[in-house]
Amino acid sequence: MTEVKMTVNGKAASGNVEGRTLLVQFLREDMGLTGTHVGCDTSQCGACVVHVNGEAVKSCTMLAVEAQGAEVSTIEGQAAPDGTLNTIQQAFQDHHGLQCGFCTPGMVMSAAALLKDNPKPTESDVRHYLDGNICRCTGYHNIVKAIMAASGQDVSAIAGE
Amino acid sequence: MYNFDVEMPSTIADAVTALARDEAQPLSGGQTLIPTLKARLAAPSVLVSLHGIAEMKGVSAQDGTVTIGGATTHATVAGEVADAYPALASLAGRIGDPAVRNRGTIGGSVANNDPSACYPAGVLASNGTVVTNTREIAADDYFLGMFETALEEGEIVTAVKFKIPEAAHYEKHLQPASRFPLVAVFVAKFADGVRVAVTGASENGVFRWTEAETALSADFSVEAVAGLKADGSSMISDLHGSGAYRAHLVGVMTKRAVAAINA
Ligand SMILES: Cc1cc2nc3c(=O)[nH]c(=O)nc-3n(C[C@H](O)[C@H](O)[C@H](O)COP(=O)(O)OP(=O)(O)OC[C@H]3O[C@@H](n4cnc5c(N)ncnc54)[C@H](O)[C@@H]3O)c2cc1C
Ligand code: FES
Ligand code: FES
Repeated sequence: MTEVKMTVNGKAASGNVEGRTLLVQFLREDMGLTGTHVGCDTSQCGACVVHVNGEAVKSCTMLAVEAQGAEVSTIEGQAAPDGTLNTIQQAFQDHHGLQCGFCTPGMVMSAAALLKDNPKPTESDVRHYLDGNICRCTGYHNIVKAIMAASGQDVSAIAGE
Repeated sequence: MYNFDVEMPSTIADAVTALARDEAQPLSGGQTLIPTLKARLAAPSVLVSLHGIAEMKGVSAQDGTVTIGGATTHATVAGEVADAYPALASLAGRIGDPAVRNRGTIGGSVANNDPSACYPAGVLASNGTVVTNTREIAADDYFLGMFETALEEGEIVTAVKFKIPEAAHYEKHLQPASRFPLVAVFVAKFADGVRVAVTGASENGVFRWTEAETALSADFSVEAVAGLKADGSSMISDLHGSGAYRAHLVGVMTKRAVAAINA
């Protein structure tokens, strides 16, 4: 076992992990942060996306020991402490950007990474950025619309469902 | 996943030492290796992470050559090579998805030599060189077959060098479920001739389509390759496409790449 220390959503976090412990397992099982989801075994679905040192990564495809000393943010750190949703989360609610909600944590974290680099993306930018985030329910239109709305752009002309 | 130890060296020399341990294997971005371990298709007892090795990261361009450290991520290449070698940056920027590009590295891709990977086509078409901790290997001698390379046990890809062509284009026909190419072609036009590398098609992994190279070196036009047909006999046939379909795509991707360069 190896001791890992990192910052998760601004707070110090530590634990003893095996070499094979994935970052997502550490977050869900050791930290109790079950908002980050596991939707596949093949690194393809993006339900597990978190930020490590500000970059979107698949937490199912990174070892916990590789996050030694890192700043990690998860979906739990997105809303304000009183539960007020952040702009992206609120836009998902306003524009019906989720149905079952399983993909949503990864979608919101990917959207946050996109808007940090590209604050006014085009619809095509959003669709390309979500290449690695799979949704079984919505058909994506409302997710794209929500992210465009969260970037402060007029979405009245974007197709919804 | 079976359990393993993880070593985190900070120099190439320490990584080489760590790799001398029994059943040790390098871990770079993990975007291929970790899914492989989850499927229990490999059982190393030690993973030697290359992630913390500063001397294996970064990009430099001089005298017509781009050199990329083996532990440099696809995202970094997409951003930092855009001026020096735009076609290569475009290749890196279309690998997988943003999260994969933030972790996956050129060294891992070139060491793995997946028959459908993007970088091998870029390295081979650019007449590149694979640099390891012990030697430099010309691309023409490096890619030996599906998942096979000239690397010896314990040898690390520390950098990859690309010759910058006069013009180049990477045309990728996406397999949308895996996000790998179904077939992709990299065309690089040098002053002394054209190189055409094909990935995703052959059962022997990346290869140079020499008939197209000869035709394009004489006349760099879509018409010059319009009548050529790639040989479909040793092409991958799977549920995504037959060998004949892939052979057809090789021609189409080559024509599109040439058209994009001439546009
Ligand atoms: C959803 C998804 C989509 C993808 N789409 C594409 C795509 O479109 N095109 C594409 O080309 N790839 C694609 N990939 C693969 C991706 O590019 C990987 O990052 C890459 O193939 C391996 O690089 P890595 O750094 O992640 O290596 P790892 O997974 O860490 O290692 C891969 C192998 O190489 C060995 N190795 C790693 N680094 C070195 C080194 N420096 N020297 C010697 N051996 C080494 C390891 O031991 C292992 O056997 C995709 C992956 C995923 C998960
Ligand atoms: S759980 Fe599917 S990509 Fe991580
Ligand atoms: S809302 Fe159900 S998977 Fe996306």
